Amino acid sequence: MELWFTERHTPNVKFSIKVDHQLYSGNSEFQRIDVFDSKEFGRFLTLDGYMMLTEKDEFIYHEMITHVPMAVHPNPKNILVIGAGDGGVVRELTRYPSVESIDLVEIDELVVEVCKKYLPTTACRFDDPRVHVFYEDGVKFIRRCNDQYDVIIVDSTDPFGPGEGLFTKEFYGSCFKALRDDGIMVNQHESPFYDEDAAAMQRSHKRIVESFPISKVYQAHIPTYPSGHWLFGFASKKYHPTNDYNGTKWSMLGIKTRYYNPRLHTGAFALPCYVEELLRDVE
Amino acid sequence: MADLSQTNAPIYEALRKFRRMRVVPFDVPGHKRGRGNMELTEFLGEDCMNVDVNSMKPLDNLCHPVSVIKDAEELAAEAFGAANAFFMVGGTTSAVQSMIMYACKEGDKIIMPRNVHRSAINALILTGAVPVYVNPDVNHRLGIALGMSVAQVEQAILDNPDAKAIMVNNPTYYGICSDLKRITELAHEHGMLVLVDEAHGTHFYFGENFPVTAMAAGADCASVSMHKSGGSLTQSSFLLLGKNINADYMRQVINLTQTTSASYLLLSSLDISRKRLALGGREIFAQTVEMAEYARSEINDIGGYYAYSRELINGDSIFDFDVSKLSIYTLPIGLAGIEVYDLLRDEYDIQIEFGDIGNVLAYISVGDRKRDIERLISALAEIKRRFGKSGADMLTQEYISPVVAETPRKAFYAKKRSLPLEETAGLVCSEFVMCYPPGIPILAPGELITDEIIEYIKYAKEKGCQMTGTEDINIEKLNVLDF
Repeated sequence: MELWFTERHTPNVKFSIKVDHQLYSGNSEFQRIDVFDSKEFGRFLTLDGYMMLTEKDEFIYHEMITHVPMAVHPNPKNILVIGAGDGGVVRELTRYPSVESIDLVEIDELVVEVCKKYLPTTACRFDDPRVHVFYEDGVKFIRRCNDQYDVIIVDSTDPFGPGEGLFTKEFYGSCFKALRDDGIMVNQHESPFYDEDAAAMQRSHKRIVESFPISKVYQAHIPTYPSGHWLFGFASKKYHPTNDYNGTKWSMLGIKTRYYNPRLHTGAFALPCYVEELLRDVE
Repeated sequence: MADLSQTNAPIYEALRKFRRMRVVPFDVPGHKRGRGNMELTEFLGEDCMNVDVNSMKPLDNLCHPVSVIKDAEELAAEAFGAANAFFMVGGTTSAVQSMIMYACKEGDKIIMPRNVHRSAINALILTGAVPVYVNPDVNHRLGIALGMSVAQVEQAILDNPDAKAIMVNNPTYYGICSDLKRITELAHEHGMLVLVDEAHGTHFYFGENFPVTAMAAGADCASVSMHKSGGSLTQSSFLLLGKNINADYMRQVINLTQTTSASYLLLSSLDISRKRLALGGREIFAQTVEMAEYARSEINDIGGYYAYSRELINGDSIFDFDVSKLSIYTLPIGLAGIEVYDLLRDEYDIQIEFGDIGNVLAYISVGDRKRDIERLISALAEIKRRFGKSGADMLTQEYISPVVAETPRKAFYAKKRSLPLEETAGLVCSEFVMCYPPGIPILAPGELITDEIIEYIKYAKEKGCQMTGTEDINIEKLNVLDF
């Protein structure tokens, strides 16, 4: 018997992982949640059938979405994380002793519960006293925030389904308002490769460019996401992601990573020509 | 109809049965179940084209219903608490026109608020009836026309004892209701019919704690836009009759202007929607109200905006308020309603129902999702943060009492000439000028053009209102009576 998880990356491209067995399947108010075990990628989480993370490659995503803004901001104390119910971003953030408070806003409480039970590699720092979890729509939560965060990390799902509000201009504008004068927002920025993903990426970039004075994009290689070529958005009120970056200072913190390092930080902002062109088209 | 109940939808059921019969079509429509127009079929879907069929015995005929359409109309009448109901395929416009054409012949008087929909004044052009306008009360802060005050209606009745009917807008686009019961009693005491434009009140018949419906208030006719809050297809509507209206004569009146090729897409959508509301309307509209109330409280929390509700009730011209409406007053943030309306679409990809000088209206229905409501609220907050300014110097005046110089019919058909807007003060207009939506005329045929009105039209144009009605598509010239 062979059991395979398959996700359509486009109507004409499929990506499959051989499943050893299924650990969990359930429906929340918002989405269907599944956890599988596999030989190649270890445990993995899917929402509405879309790959969210695998134990084998989640470190790439979580390190890149967290350490890039944390290393640019000179003194990040108050952090807001939107989405990220799997706990991976929180795990990375709690490694910074300077951080005083981490507010995590996740719309779906069941995602957190399921991850705590089945994905201890990521959902392992929810008990840190600096972490405050709010089960609420991120669009609603941030509406009431003013000038109070140093870094906002938007770890959203895709621009359709429960996460679609996190790709809108009203949301990015609210993030701008919620950040302090030298605040940074980083977001999951979709992929430039397949046409539909690229269009979503451009829409998102356009809206961020219109909302922040500094808006750059960086990349990482994430094998289980469509095409494997993934982007992150770096939007900032004051700091430039590479010009204002002090890699030595970050290295002194002694945070051990498997993907991120100061040389890669600078390199990640160097984009392929076709991606630069896609971005330029909407800037 | 003995063995039918609200769980049935006779037209829908007949269409399903008909589809299974796989009848070979040698009749119109010529697309023949879509095969003759593949591009359209791919766009609309095969299921849709399959039931775009002509009247025939198994499917009845809207002009003279004897079987499934008759059954469906009886079920609709029962669901709405009416003596009779007609399926209308020409929009609520056709329902409004039919009830006026039923009540009035040429030269008959009809009492109506001036802020009626253009369809009512069009009916006056068609019939030659003479309007007696009751100026609606106005809320000067919000700049919106309210309902009819009972005292003013009574005065109009006493002044015009020969009037044949009274028409009431209930609720208005903004959700404001008049004292329909009292107005109906007054009219009936004086032998006048009560015609209600209930285009925005479908949900009153099925939800809980809504204002009184026209049929429950004892009115004689009501035009109900099922396609607004009722969920049917655009252009489909109901005309409801009270017990004192001759339904067979009304059918003849309707047939004066109604198509003889009624669309079964529209008819089945009315049938299915009626069933759905009769069975689940209470729950559906409870959800709608909950969303509207939530949005209202969040929007009022932003500051500046005023999303109004039942606190406006004054016992007369705001006798009741429809809480499913999300009307928002925008002037305190320094933006005209129409500007907020445009910003929502251009900056945030959010399309709302309409914006006028001082207000916007977001239409809330069961089709809305919580997360979309959050987007709307956040976008309004962002508009205030990014574009808000001091609210001073904003024109608030919205309703201008008209001076009627000629009947709409005479003015419409009279000899006329076209003049630049600025040169028309003091002359009589022969056409409509309105913002659409809401489609309530600023000027109607036969009304005197004043400086105040010219200034208002210019301001509305400058703020970006979509003006319609005139022969000149750019609204730079007006047709006036040529004496």
